[in-house]
Amino acid sequence: MAVSGAVLVFFLVAHMAGNLKIFAGAESFNGYAAWLREVGYPLLPHRGLLTLLEAGLVVAIAAHMYSAIVLARRAAHARPVKYAAKVRSRADGYATRTMRWGGVIIFFFVIYHLLDMTFGVANPEGHAATPFDRMVAGFEPARWYITVFYVISVVMVGLHLRHGLWSALQTLGLARRHPVLKAGATGLSALLTIGFLVVPLAITFGVVR
Amino acid sequence: MNLTLKVWRQSGPDDDGRLVRYEIEDVSPDMSFLEMLDVLNERLILAGDDPVAFDHDCREGICGMCSMMIDGVAHGPQKNTTTCQLHMRHYKDGDTIVIEPWRARPFPVVKDLVVDRSAFDRIIQAGGFISVPAGSAPDAHATPVPKLDADAAFDAATCIGCGACVAACPNGSASLFTAAKITHLGLLPQGQPERGSRARAMVEQMDEEGFGGCTNTGECTAVCPKGIPLDTIARMNADYLRASRKSG
Repeated sequence: MAVSGAVLVFFLVAHMAGNLKIFAGAESFNGYAAWLREVGYPLLPHRGLLTLLEAGLVVAIAAHMYSAIVLARRAAHARPVKYAAKVRSRADGYATRTMRWGGVIIFFFVIYHLLDMTFGVANPEGHAATPFDRMVAGFEPARWYITVFYVISVVMVGLHLRHGLWSALQTLGLARRHPVLKAGATGLSALLTIGFLVVPLAITFGVVR
Repeated sequence: MNLTLKVWRQSGPDDDGRLVRYEIEDVSPDMSFLEMLDVLNERLILAGDDPVAFDHDCREGICGMCSMMIDGVAHGPQKNTTTCQLHMRHYKDGDTIVIEPWRARPFPVVKDLVVDRSAFDRIIQAGGFISVPAGSAPDAHATPVPKLDADAAFDAATCIGCGACVAACPNGSASLFTAAKITHLGLLPQGQPERGSRARAMVEQMDEEGFGGCTNTGECTAVCPKGIPLDTIARMNADYLRASRKSG
């Protein structure tokens, strides 16, 4: 859970940094997308590194889901008889309680997101358009409901990270002074959430066109 | 005050068990929760019924015997408190209180509210000790211990093994209990020679007993009557990982 999650966090940081290039204009954004496919060429084949990274991500996501299922099954096995009274949470943490179902929601969001931005199936511009055009068309003001869906999903990802980041450090035995680390995890989650939110919002509100 | 109790009644390990409703009158706010149950039991005995079985011993909050899920919270609503130190002044006339045993596969119900916590004993037997030649008591300062380590080890050693951590954990994990013991011994010089093997043996025994996996929800430390901190689990994980890397 912790190791596969850490891989996905590093991906999110890179993904957010790439997204923010949209503010530098169409050329810069498309150039970045093209560069991703050309890194290391001619030492590596076209899309070589990108394909490798994509494969790594798929493995990380599969491992993350597998760990979650194993943990949930162990939990169900460990408590065959449920409490009759509603168990009241005494720990602070909405983020913690939404990890499992939040994870499922994020999974469906990722599928839609890939259909929208990567494969262009759910995007008005389609697969042939440049990444910049696809992005701008995807979040155009008329498609505000898509933006709302993205905002809700990104907030879910932020909540998932808020518990996940700290929890991963704890699982790996690195979290000794946990109030400090908890604050750090909250800070990084907030940063990623905001970083991911500004792009679709900027497009929907016409700042980037 | 007059209260309505819904108490888990189960005649033995093979009985299905059910919540039974009792009306109890004239409860004094000065009574402890267990004294309130004593009064209920006296009335049940006078009426010729079977009294409610529950674990208790010192009634001073230090033995770790009392173990009740009160309205869905282990040891009831007061923080850092065992059930025996919870007093009826926290309730008001007309309240309904649901009382259940700890729920976990490794803690099978013996009768009513009594569960068998031998799984904890087996975790301790797996490595919760130090191997020293037992003879006359050593000199007080023969082994110096840094003050901060001594304090942190003592905080972990205050764990009374009541099992509230398991009862409150949504995963039914015993990580806080096991981590408290590993931290207690792992911080002291006397615990160093067996530090790695202890962590591995205790964690493996914990898993073998059928406890769930830790997802760091923090529910355990929130109900722990001794306030054992979650940091102990990070220490357990660190010791376990280090030992696993060394011996492969």
